[in-house]
Amino acid sequence: MNRRMILFLSLRILTAESVLFLLPAGVSLYYGEKSALCFLLCAAAGAAVSVPLSFLAKPRDRVIYAREGFVTVAISWILLSVCGALPFFLSGEIPRFTDALFETVSGFTTTGASILKDVTALSRGMLFWRSFTHWLGGMGVLVFLMSFTNMSDRPIHLMRAEMPGPIVGKLVPRAKETAKLLYIIYMILTALEIALLLIGGMPLFDSVVHALGTAGTGGFGIKPDSIAGYSPYLQWVIAVFMLLFGVNFNLYYLLLVRRVRDAVRSSELWTYLSIAVFSTGVITANTLSLGRTFSETLRNAFFQVSSIVTTTGYSTVDFDRWPQLSKTVLLLLMLIGACAGSTAGGLKVSRVVILFKTVRRELQRMLHPRAVRVLRLDGKRLEESVVSNTCSYLAVYVICLLTCFLIVSADRFDMETAFSASAACFNNIGPAFGAAGPMASYADFSVLSKLTLTAAMLFGRLEIFPLLLAAAPSTWTNKRPKFHF
Amino acid sequence: MDIVIAGCGKIGVAILDSLIAEGHNVTVIDSSATKLNEITNAYDVMGVCGNTADSDVLREAGADKTDVFISVTGSDELNMLGCLFARRLGSRHTIARIRNTEYNSAAVSFIKQQLELSMTINPEQLASKELFNILRLPSAVKVETFANGIFEMVELKLKENSPLCDISLADVRSRVKGRYLICTVQRGEELHIPDGSFILRTGDRISLAAPPAEIQRILKQLHLLQKQARSIMILGGSRTAYYLAKRLNFIGNSVKIIEQDPARAEQIAELLPDCDVLCADGAEHDFLLEEGIRSVDAFVALTGMDEENILLSAFAASVNVPKVITKINRTQLTGLARTLGLDTIVNSKQAVADQVTRYVRALRNSRGGKIESLYNVADGKAEVLTFIAAPDFAGAGRPLRDLHLKEHILIAGIMRQRKPLVPTGDDAILPGDTVIVIAGGKLLNDLSDILR
Repeated sequence: MNRRMILFLSLRILTAESVLFLLPAGVSLYYGEKSALCFLLCAAAGAAVSVPLSFLAKPRDRVIYAREGFVTVAISWILLSVCGALPFFLSGEIPRFTDALFETVSGFTTTGASILKDVTALSRGMLFWRSFTHWLGGMGVLVFLMSFTNMSDRPIHLMRAEMPGPIVGKLVPRAKETAKLLYIIYMILTALEIALLLIGGMPLFDSVVHALGTAGTGGFGIKPDSIAGYSPYLQWVIAVFMLLFGVNFNLYYLLLVRRVRDAVRSSELWTYLSIAVFSTGVITANTLSLGRTFSETLRNAFFQVSSIVTTTGYSTVDFDRWPQLSKTVLLLLMLIGACAGSTAGGLKVSRVVILFKTVRRELQRMLHPRAVRVLRLDGKRLEESVVSNTCSYLAVYVICLLTCFLIVSADRFDMETAFSASAACFNNIGPAFGAAGPMASYADFSVLSKLTLTAAMLFGRLEIFPLLLAAAPSTWTNKRPKFHF
Repeated sequence: MDIVIAGCGKIGVAILDSLIAEGHNVTVIDSSATKLNEITNAYDVMGVCGNTADSDVLREAGADKTDVFISVTGSDELNMLGCLFARRLGSRHTIARIRNTEYNSAAVSFIKQQLELSMTINPEQLASKELFNILRLPSAVKVETFANGIFEMVELKLKENSPLCDISLADVRSRVKGRYLICTVQRGEELHIPDGSFILRTGDRISLAAPPAEIQRILKQLHLLQKQARSIMILGGSRTAYYLAKRLNFIGNSVKIIEQDPARAEQIAELLPDCDVLCADGAEHDFLLEEGIRSVDAFVALTGMDEENILLSAFAASVNVPKVITKINRTQLTGLARTLGLDTIVNSKQAVADQVTRYVRALRNSRGGKIESLYNVADGKAEVLTFIAAPDFAGAGRPLRDLHLKEHILIAGIMRQRKPLVPTGDDAILPGDTVIVIAGGKLLNDLSDILR
């Protein structure tokens, strides 16, 4: 294993984070807040540690394999979270470090679960940093760095480890160009949303923060009632953009290069949209009696569905008070998540599609034991390795979710809270039901539960395998022979 | 530049490797998903799985907008079809591998014209040319000719008790006069572009450039000459063997080909009436001895199995065959073969990769003079390039000693009005000259790049 390269890449990530601290520092300075000092201090300390060390650790052998990719991503994300928590902790705005860590991990993993009882108490710099971590973590920090530096000669391993979904492909031959394209699309969409929110009369700071939160499908709000206080137009804009950021970004690229036919062929997209439309219908019908007008009911239903299926976590209404059917629909949406290759979390629609196809094939095999069937997705053959990977992903996904549920159950809450909180954190949504509902916070959970949920968020965002592999001792020993042709 | 390579066999990967090193954006097409997976893991390229002649696959790979489309699948006809479609879809240049012996040169030029191919490549033929050059000058481990044969560059290994060992290049120059230049010295894994004070050691692999008319005399005076091979034994009746035997027969050498497969042996015997074709297992030492391996001038191992080639070459070397040449396809076996004392190792991949790289580099805009040819020497650690100096070349007319050349650059030869000139510090490059440049590393796209 190329440990030097892993160290080197992790240090590069730290350097990048130090530079990025300057953004919230700028915001703090603009609003004349004390927290600017904390950000500048963290930026200086991060740079002072990472720059000299990365010169020392400069590796001669820059070749990395799949395992280095997984381990680098795991280590980078942990490092990123711990350092990202420092400003919250040092400024005293979040006095306990475990809380600060929870908040930061919740940011980077685009969860949006908060331990803050009163979010308005936070300074503007901190609020911006919180939402900015959503934006960065959504598309991926290594991918961000990859878009303007040469990380490695074999960057595909890093990309595959950091980007969610069963199949990670490139848009153009070079990984660097692919990363650049992804971020360009990401930035354009974010800028578009900011513009539309500004037109609707939202203040600039609010627009930026909410757009960043929507783009990363994060969900950190800056008001105690999340989005509920904004006008219906603004709610519609955010709801539609949440849905847009849950679409596979490869499709936007296809649209950009005018391959519309390839883009609309994606069965994942249609399944995803059908799920959203169907759930909205069910919830609208189910909650008709609660709203004053039909349009309000429809808006609330669509907003919540869009928010939960894309694992964002904004809310316009306290959906914890909804009838049981609506809550269950939302819980199921939590588990499914949005499209692969988007910024969303969850199991991913494409995995669900593959699983359904696999199940159908197994059933058919029982009826016709000699049947030969090849699974296809979007007109292309699905490799057996992808199918088996998806099945085993489902297995570890369930095991991780249940383990988290078990540990959180040790806390003093009811079963609904414990399970929905585990699911909401593991799938990077944020608000859950019961004591962790959209109008409540995670502040009252015990330290053990908070740490468990923190880990669950990281596992969910990185799709389990990188962290699992980094923790396995066999990853660190015995060198694999070099790959040759 | 955007390049699409169809077919990821050994040749495809060799071409891919050099084009990636040049910084191009490469997409590969192959019918095997496993193979593509291996390649996209090892190289920063995009893979498209499917048939090369399928227009959907070609479009998905971007062949409609690509600058160069290279088809090197195992089938000539598929390559032709793929290139034709790619060209019709909008690919600017197409290169196809056409190697079947049934397509003779007239047929190939017809195909090239009809399908609007920019270039055809034939790895076996290139390899046979390389082998032929070595057999002509057996003291060399590699021979390249430049500028239409006006210059030749030979790579030699300094054997023990060679008179050149432990003396400086300035001393070599004073002992042997003439128009020649020692361009590179490879010692172990390191490459040196030496000056006069450089001291040669046993085991160094040196490359020497000189006009071909003088090379024999110079090698003789340097005590490096070995007589030209007249009787040659070739193991394996591959396409390369066929092309090589044909060339050797043409200049009147006697050639023996040993082929295991009776059908193939008969085929070769039909194609090459002047050759002795033997149908037998070349791995049997008794048989080789019976066929007089001790008395041949050269032994060339050209079977499809690298291991067999290495082992039987080692055997040939042990019975003191004056010149043993080993064909090795997998580059990582080269080091192993060297430890067994086999110096002359040929692989067909590098020559093809060079040919394609040269073509692609020449497509780039040029300022001071375009690349005419490009060869890798010293295991790919250095390149030899020839340029024609353009009228606006910045260093034209100035003595070479006054030019501020980049590091690891050497001007090895100048050809002016079809006459070779081995330059000294007083000579100058004039517009219209063909200039031969040696560069450590991949640095040059045109002649102006040699200047700081």
